Amino acid sequence: MERTVLPPHPGLIGSEAIAPEFIQEDQLKKFRPGFSAAWLVAPSAIWLVLFLVLPLIFIVVISFWNYSLSGMVPGFTLEHYVEYFTSSIYSRTLLTTLRYTFTTMVFCLLLAYPIAYFLAMVVKTYKWQMSLFLVCMVPFWTSYLIRAIAWVPMLGRRGLLNNVMIDFGIIEKPATFLLFSEFALTMALVQLYVVLCIGPMFFSLAKIDKAIIEAARDMGASSLQIFRQIILPLSLPGVAIGMIFIFVMIMGEFATAVVVGGGKFSVVGTLINQYAATANYPRAAVNAIFLMIGMMIGVVFIMKLVDIRKQL
Amino acid sequence: MARIRWTAERKRNAWVRTIYGCYYGLFVIFIFGPMIAMFILSFNARKGGLFFPMRGFSLHWWYQLIKPSAVGDMQGAMLRSIILALIVMVITALFATMLAMAFRKKFFGSGVLFYTIMTGIMVPGILLSLGLSQLLDVVGLSPAWWFSGLGVHVIWTLPFGFLVMMAVFNRFDASLEEAARDMGADEWTVFKEVTLPLITPGVVAAGLFGFTLSYDEFARTTLLAGAYNTLPLDISAAMSVRIRPTLFALGTASTVFSLSMIGLFLIVYTFLYRRTH
Repeated sequence: MERTVLPPHPGLIGSEAIAPEFIQEDQLKKFRPGFSAAWLVAPSAIWLVLFLVLPLIFIVVISFWNYSLSGMVPGFTLEHYVEYFTSSIYSRTLLTTLRYTFTTMVFCLLLAYPIAYFLAMVVKTYKWQMSLFLVCMVPFWTSYLIRAIAWVPMLGRRGLLNNVMIDFGIIEKPATFLLFSEFALTMALVQLYVVLCIGPMFFSLAKIDKAIIEAARDMGASSLQIFRQIILPLSLPGVAIGMIFIFVMIMGEFATAVVVGGGKFSVVGTLINQYAATANYPRAAVNAIFLMIGMMIGVVFIMKLVDIRKQL
Repeated sequence: MARIRWTAERKRNAWVRTIYGCYYGLFVIFIFGPMIAMFILSFNARKGGLFFPMRGFSLHWWYQLIKPSAVGDMQGAMLRSIILALIVMVITALFATMLAMAFRKKFFGSGVLFYTIMTGIMVPGILLSLGLSQLLDVVGLSPAWWFSGLGVHVIWTLPFGFLVMMAVFNRFDASLEEAARDMGADEWTVFKEVTLPLITPGVVAAGLFGFTLSYDEFARTTLLAGAYNTLPLDISAAMSVRIRPTLFALGTASTVFSLSMIGLFLIVYTFLYRRTH
């Protein structure tokens, strides 16, 4: 005669009341509240596949296609990749793009961190914090194309900056290096994108428990020590997220380079745009792929430096 | 009334606040300065050009903007941009809310989905434009602003709306829904009567991201708008011919429109927030 094995009696020390499996499953179904995840996710997932995943895959596909003046022909050729590595234009353009992206990031960090610090640490009331923060965020919601155009009256030969410098006697003749130069491009990029990194920095600084700072101060830490050992490490995830935002935006940027750089500058964005405009899609695709690879390396590098997950 | 005693620490704090305040002021001038200069120059006299000093005050460039023949189909482009932004706003708010609700529980593939959504911020607009336009070409569909344009705009706005809704649900008190369920409400009733009223401010915020980001989006639409341009594309086209003060007037008009949308949003938001909290 077989004995049925009963589950241990609930309530005995060291025993758990284990319900038979069929009940558990049943209960899970019954008591899992809310709409089913599949239905909530399905529309967005389909949209993402159609308009994000497939286009990206297709870029990789056409980078192998043949190109002739009459158009693209499906096929498999490594010609464009070979050209990418043998011609120095492409790698030089990528390096230029990386260089001014990096410069812009440094300037954005130096400009934005004190602002975020001011909002989170110096301003006391929540209402003021939020309103001053929103003022900084307003440009984010306006057209960056128009903000780029707005640099023309500032930087031109007869622009405001030249006038001011002449009035103050810093220079005698209007400087021509202002518009259409790397200086102008960097400055415009900083102005256009700096607001993007204020948000993440501000949030991570505001999340720091003020009691920790108080405690450190009570124990005799100097302001510099408090900043270096408490505030800075705790705000690094926010800094990293802000830097990632700026990095990916500027790497793929091309409108500012056209308006402020005056077409003098070849950056990866403008290069892709030019090839796309002349229907040389495979070449545009190869450049796009290496841009993406460069961006991924950059993002991974920033994430290796700082553990972002602490922020989330 | 006790007089403020200027202890050393108080003095130091006052100094710190003043210095930071000045720095903040300079920063605001830096980010708004060029735009303000553009606003002023849009009222330059007819003879005046793109630069200071002003040659007098006139509405000439504004008239040029409103005059139908002068700048192509600016009005039509603006109308299309607004319609597109409105559709994007609705879809962003809807999708972001649905996604954030799904992400309240763990489900199969949630990690992959999360990163795919976030890729929408990362991918340069010109890449999406390039990939999708070629894909459509091969499939035999022609791009149009209300179809392919709409598609990539949502890819760009969805991550922002999604993050807003994730933040909303992070602070959401699920016990309210439990209570409603315990009292016998079905899922739809719970959503309609409990969840939705509480998250409405967040949904509106997600929608605002959708509207303003789409209204100003340029790179993603470059190859995907089809026969009819959106406003940023028209601006870019006019710009590549020659930058004239008409563009300053257009920029001013467009910025004022964006700002009034934000203002409107803030009013609606505070109203909704007060009602729910």
